[in-house]
Amino acid sequence: MAHSGINVLFSGSNFDRLLVGLWTSIWIAALSIIIGLLIGTIFGVLRTMPNKIIRCILRVYMEIFRILPSVVLLYLVYYILPRSLHINWPGTWMAVLAFSLWVAAEFSDIVRGALQSVPLAQKESGLALGLSKMQLFLYVLLPQAFKLELPATINLATRVIKTTSILMLISVMDVINVGQQIIEANNQKFPTGVFWVYGLIFFFYFILDYPLSVWAKSLMAKQK
Amino acid sequence: MTEEILKVEHLNKFYGDWQALHDISFNLKKGEVLAILGPSGSGKSTLLRTLNGLENYKNGEIVFHGKKVQPSPKEWQAIRQKIGMVFQSYDLFPNLTVMQNILLAPTKVQKRDRAEVEQEAHHLLKRVNMDQYADTYPRELSGGQQQRVAIVRTLAMKPEVILLDEITASLDPEMVRGIEDIVKKLSENDHMTMILVTHQMNFAKRVADQVLFLEKGRIIEKTPCEQFFTEPQSERAQQFLTDMDF
Amino acid sequence: MDWTIIQQALPAYGHGFVLTVWLSLVGIIGSIIVGVIASLLQYFKTPILSQIATAYVELARNTPLLIQLFFLYYAFPVIGWRMSSITAGIIGLIFLGGGYMAEGFTGGFQGVTDSQINSGEALGMNRFQLARYVVFPQGFALSMPALAANVIFLIKETSIFTVIAIPELTNTALDLIGMYYRSNEYLLMLVIGYAIIMIPVILLLNWLERKVRYGAFGD
Ligand SMILES: Nc1ncnc2c1ncn2[C@@H]1O[C@H](COP(=O)(O)OP(=O)(O)OP(=O)(O)O)[C@@H](O)[C@H]1O
Ligand SMILES: [Mg+2]
Repeated sequence: MAHSGINVLFSGSNFDRLLVGLWTSIWIAALSIIIGLLIGTIFGVLRTMPNKIIRCILRVYMEIFRILPSVVLLYLVYYILPRSLHINWPGTWMAVLAFSLWVAAEFSDIVRGALQSVPLAQKESGLALGLSKMQLFLYVLLPQAFKLELPATINLATRVIKTTSILMLISVMDVINVGQQIIEANNQKFPTGVFWVYGLIFFFYFILDYPLSVWAKSLMAKQK
Repeated sequence: MTEEILKVEHLNKFYGDWQALHDISFNLKKGEVLAILGPSGSGKSTLLRTLNGLENYKNGEIVFHGKKVQPSPKEWQAIRQKIGMVFQSYDLFPNLTVMQNILLAPTKVQKRDRAEVEQEAHHLLKRVNMDQYADTYPRELSGGQQQRVAIVRTLAMKPEVILLDEITASLDPEMVRGIEDIVKKLSENDHMTMILVTHQMNFAKRVADQVLFLEKGRIIEKTPCEQFFTEPQSERAQQFLTDMDF
Repeated sequence: MDWTIIQQALPAYGHGFVLTVWLSLVGIIGSIIVGVIASLLQYFKTPILSQIATAYVELARNTPLLIQLFFLYYAFPVIGWRMSSITAGIIGLIFLGGGYMAEGFTGGFQGVTDSQINSGEALGMNRFQLARYVVFPQGFALSMPALAANVIFLIKETSIFTVIAIPELTNTALDLIGMYYRSNEYLLMLVIGYAIIMIPVILLLNWLERKVRYGAFGD
């Protein structure tokens, strides 16, 4: 009986259900990363601008996200939206909101750091060619910064993927939540099922994240 | 009559498929100063690094004191205590003071008595006018001062041969002379055997006994110093000296 | 905002706060120890052990703490390894953190320049002397930023412990919210609780980073 626990994965539609759960985690991560990168780029560029007030506000914004665990962020959105702002969104949307804001905060810092490390001579030679400030950003600074920031961005993405594991806390039907339901429903039939279900989820996360972190590492080695 | 200290025979060195050194052979007598000259990329640094076991070589022999050096890390570790090397970028250990930099290898690698080495270190530092900086960290020193310490660090190992790779290349012009003087004195007073790589022809002319002219990883000529600068044997060396405004 | 609610909840938050700090401390120290060991095994390329270390580092870094905890706390009892939630939490955090720390130290060792290593070699140092006198002192200094980031990360990761019902800060807040259906006060206290821990830690780490960097490289 014990060794047949693995069959829990393939009994009924269990495996398909886990994949559907995984897909939920993946699209929430992907969407949050995309939205977060867009907002983060804007924030990061603004943080290199001379306006002190904007810089200060965005700095505080970034520091708040540095201080708070993502679990807390998720709950802040989960409770504040419906109870204080009376916005009733599904859990998945709330998760996307929380993660996007978090990615934006972290990415703004990556963008700022990268922009500031583009050599001054590059900016000056761009301006000397008669580029406007906007053109300078679009054609000179951002492309160069992009190369510098890519490894850190990939690492951020791996963290977002891992962080989707907390979705279950706000009852999103993610891979872990589905896994728990399968474990509970099959507890009698497959007492060791818990091992296999969590093992499979562990493996899912690993195959999502490992290639990304290998990629980031090889990019970093090239830059050295 | 003078004793031969280092001999290189038919040395070939590859980086991947690409051959950096072709059939290098020469020898070095005790007390001799050999300058390796040649255009950038000709393999000067590669040759020096090979002589210190920092690069491996495909075939050929390096003979030290009549004994063939086995190309194993262990053997090279022992040889390096007798063949010191000073680099262009000084490379003092930034986390150690001047004195600690000097003491490290003699006490930890050679396991010599600390007090004795320290006394010697002070003596060497005095010779290069650096004794007052014994407890200073490298970051507080100028390039020229750091290079002097690097030379002392190598001397403290009591090497029989010193390899100098463009040791004045990163220095301000006013610092160069002082370093050159130190090398000159090492040769005249201590009869130190040295191989130096430099782009400064005056430096080579001042201190070298022999010149080894390299191009594209090959020895073009080996000529006594005086003669090399007045009447080099090869056209390429002539061209090189003209290009160097010499 | 109801101040009496905040007042009444203070003792519970106090407990949660202390537990979060304590678990973080144990987790960080354990992670550093495991990280040092794993990175040394990798550095010296010890046969078999270094491959195990590498596999461990990759597993720890590329999977979420939450699933690591579920494994320890829910799956292991099935094969007879039963442990308290606190034990599971500490083991999980050290498993995770050890991987991150090892990666940080390895990055530091690799950051030591070739020319520094050459100059050590030219002084006749063997592999161990080179490691002991050149690579480690400079490598650990270089890994300080990664170490600082990991410390901050690990403290925040203790919030995940709520999933195995360890009554740390986050769990305390969630419990109270669930019981009394007041979220604003309890969330505010939660945020302040983390701020009280994180702000001094971040300032301390910044200071330490500068100090170590200056001590080792002077800039
Ligand atoms: N680690 C390496 N890998 C591949 N090629 C190398 C490596 N080091 C040096 N080379 C190549 O070997 C050749 C000789 O280099 P080397 O540094 O010895 O020249 P050099 O004579 O010292 O030049 P310079 O005067 O500029 O210092 C060059 O073409 C260089 O590109
Ligand atoms: Mg060179």
